[in-house]
Amino acid sequence: MPRWGMVIDLDKCFACQSCTAACRMENNTPVAGKDQAGMGRAILWNEVLPFTEGEYPNVVETMIPRPCMHCDNPACIKVCPVQATFKNEEGTVLIDYTRCIGCRLCTVACPFTVRYFNWYPPEWPEEMKAHLNPEPEVAPRPKGVVEKCTFCTQRLRKARETAEAAGRTFAATDYIPACVQTCTGHARYFGDLDDPNSLVSKLAHSPRAYRLFEELGTQPKVYYLKQG
Amino acid sequence: MHPKNQHEKTILAPLHRVTTGDYLLWGALLALMLTGLAAWIWQYLQGLGITGMNRPVYWGVYITNFVFFIGLAHSGTFISAILRIAGQSWRAPLTRAAEAITLFSLPFGAGSIIIDMGHPERILNLILYGRFQSPIMWDVTAVGLYMLSSIVFFYLSLLPDIALCRDRLTNVPRWQQRMYKILALGWNGSPEQFRRLEKVLDGMAVFMTMLVVTVHTVVSWLFGMTVQPGWHTALIGPFFLLGAILSGTAAVVIALAILRKVYRLEKVLHTGLFNSLRKLLITFVLGWLYMMIAEHLTIGYASMTEEMTVLNDKFTGTYSLIFWSMTVLVFVVPLLVFIFKGKNNIGWMVFASVLINIGMWMERYIVIIPSETSPRLFHNMGQGSYMPHLPEVLITLACFAGLIFLYALFTRFFPIVPIWETAEALPGHTHTNETSPVPQPAASD
Repeated sequence: MPRWGMVIDLDKCFACQSCTAACRMENNTPVAGKDQAGMGRAILWNEVLPFTEGEYPNVVETMIPRPCMHCDNPACIKVCPVQATFKNEEGTVLIDYTRCIGCRLCTVACPFTVRYFNWYPPEWPEEMKAHLNPEPEVAPRPKGVVEKCTFCTQRLRKARETAEAAGRTFAATDYIPACVQTCTGHARYFGDLDDPNSLVSKLAHSPRAYRLFEELGTQPKVYYLKQG
Repeated sequence: MHPKNQHEKTILAPLHRVTTGDYLLWGALLALMLTGLAAWIWQYLQGLGITGMNRPVYWGVYITNFVFFIGLAHSGTFISAILRIAGQSWRAPLTRAAEAITLFSLPFGAGSIIIDMGHPERILNLILYGRFQSPIMWDVTAVGLYMLSSIVFFYLSLLPDIALCRDRLTNVPRWQQRMYKILALGWNGSPEQFRRLEKVLDGMAVFMTMLVVTVHTVVSWLFGMTVQPGWHTALIGPFFLLGAILSGTAAVVIALAILRKVYRLEKVLHTGLFNSLRKLLITFVLGWLYMMIAEHLTIGYASMTEEMTVLNDKFTGTYSLIFWSMTVLVFVVPLLVFIFKGKNNIGWMVFASVLINIGMWMERYIVIIPSETSPRLFHNMGQGSYMPHLPEVLITLACFAGLIFLYALFTRFFPIVPIWETAEALPGHTHTNETSPVPQPAASD
């Protein structure tokens, strides 16, 4: 059973935001519009966040792409009163949109602020509506529920189906999320953290590797390789 | 057989007729409630987007109201259960007035959570798929149990008086007489019934005391169980509990003063009661200061980065105006008023109590919002702001109107001062009841 994880090399990332864009196309996150985005209501399963240290002229700006951390000990799951958010056997944290009651305790409990709420019914400009991803896993979410990055769980299912149709066993390298595939600088790596020979597992053990808020004990499965 | 009470006529007087003033008040309150209901329906149809909530401020005034109303509800249980166990017999005339606040503010506390939900129609999922690891389930259980036991406790202590209404109020409309007859459950006031009633109430008081401590602590754990800066502190439970009892007791002062004036109950709700409440309030206000210093000094002295962002936001940043006015409203002015002006002066007592309740609402707000505007990940990006929108204001007003409406309605149909608990003698008791309402001499203060 693979344990999916991601490594993001901050030396290679140049904050082009193509991960954010690819994620939106793959996962049908709605278009918030200028006003709503200004209120902080844009739904972006992947965001590139700027962290500024120091003051002018000695400023260090770090750009950190932030998908869901898919923690092994997630803060969001234990607080969900209806078990709408859960971790599957491969360690990915998912949400049952038909069960979520929209209490938003998970959104305030997540230290990484990765969870988004549907304040309004989802909307797209007419031109985009025809090009929504048809996969059932990413069918537009109704208003009033919480959603977030799923490591493109629909891609995993499709990869498994493809392997089965071709009559071969599914390999961990058959599947990558959209942000990893699209990453311009090849800064993102994805794979099975439990396989000691996989690239992600090796990179996750590199001396440059760190995780966000490691001290909180949530055990994120997204690793970063330090800049510089 | 009914208890002998020299003030029986005075207490029953408001029950004889409903005045034009009542209809006007009820009408105005109902209008406010309907506006709030319309706002909620609008919110349900449109989505929570019509509120001012956003990311990262996922919770706003609805959750503030939830904490505030549950806090207000602590008034009744504190006075009737905790003071009952402590043997404070002076509390007898005000028990029902206080318990009614409990009973009528709980629905709006619990309701605020439902109003805040993105999918209120899925509420049954809590029972179907409930996860007891979640603080929300703790809240549902604790508040539900609290509501249920408050109703039972309230109804039981009301029984002898309903029976009295059944037998004495013969000039009221037929439906009202029928209501008393049904609700009295055949109470005939035998000494055995009174003995059992006292026994049950004493037993329940112990249970209610444990429950009241649990409920507000669990409410605070909605925040305390997360790792967010400003929330993740063990003190949040006791602090919430103390604040709840403070705002609840202050609410009792306000309610008593109004009842006394409007229903001419000056003899029964005498100044001595206010003097006793004054002493309690001085204690709670000082306790509040203690908690305030304990919490903020611990955080400020340790000065952990994320915690300091929230603390600075309260002390000198965006929320400093609310923070410092809250301190003045809850602590500085009330303490001075209680010490120097409050004795034997109901007007000043009410003034300070109103300030305390305004301040306590602000306190709930200031605990919730600044932690959300500076979540851990964004603490150095200065992200997040929140301003309530019209629907939130309307729904909040409707909740307050609802509390007042239920309270006003109740006091017109049921005696708001417990006649049997303040009686000189109960059937079967040869000695004078120790819970006598006779005004204490000023020397006792």
